[in-house]
Amino acid sequence: MVETATSLGRSGLQDWLIQRATALILAAYTAFLLGYLIMHPSLQYETWRALFFFQPMRYVSLLAVLSLMAHAWIGIWTVSTDYVKPVTIRFFLQAMILIALLGLLLWGIQIIWSI
Amino acid sequence: MKRRPVNLNFATIHFPVTAWVSIAHRLSGILVFLLIPVLLWMLRESLASQERFTALVHLFSSPMVKISLWILLAALLYHWIAGIRHLLMDIHVGESKAGGKRGAWLVIVLSLIAFTLVGYWLW
Repeated sequence: MVETATSLGRSGLQDWLIQRATALILAAYTAFLLGYLIMHPSLQYETWRALFFFQPMRYVSLLAVLSLMAHAWIGIWTVSTDYVKPVTIRFFLQAMILIALLGLLLWGIQIIWSI
Repeated sequence: MKRRPVNLNFATIHFPVTAWVSIAHRLSGILVFLLIPVLLWMLRESLASQERFTALVHLFSSPMVKISLWILLAALLYHWIAGIRHLLMDIHVGESKAGGKRGAWLVIVLSLIAFTLVGYWLW
């Protein structure tokens, strides 16, 4: 008897795919931001703000924040399921993490959309 | 019931390099997860207003903050590099036992280079 154990998707395969897809988005987004910061050594507020005010950048940032929370959830779910054995403690911990990530997601969207 | 050999002596348990790279990938992921509020806070402060942007830039000049940023970036870079190795293995690059070992060493070497470069950039 195989019990279904998933975090986000409806199957382990879906979780696996979501983790890879979000990884690609996050890898590209972080590489872009780090590269941008390295190439602008004396970055001014107006330039930085203009970057995030740019509409396509807003959507890309929104996608990155969504990906970050989904990626973190699947990752932390996997690690906590591996190491936290008592079921009650694990469910409580995972519930807390999920609430925290949803809160951070809303905060992230608010930051991106209020520019 | 047959008694099976048990080895709990940490001095003799030897992890292969691939295990260390995998454990470090998990630990760096947990660290980045814990620092999400800090990342979002920095993004908010940097975009809120000219004054708060300047205050944040000023904060980054403190040595303690620089060291913290370095640790954050090191965790992020390591997770990034080790993650790329996972993605490559998904498309069957470096999947063999020997390839896995080589990839793990490559992750370590590239990460050390990245830590040094990003440290140089911060200071």
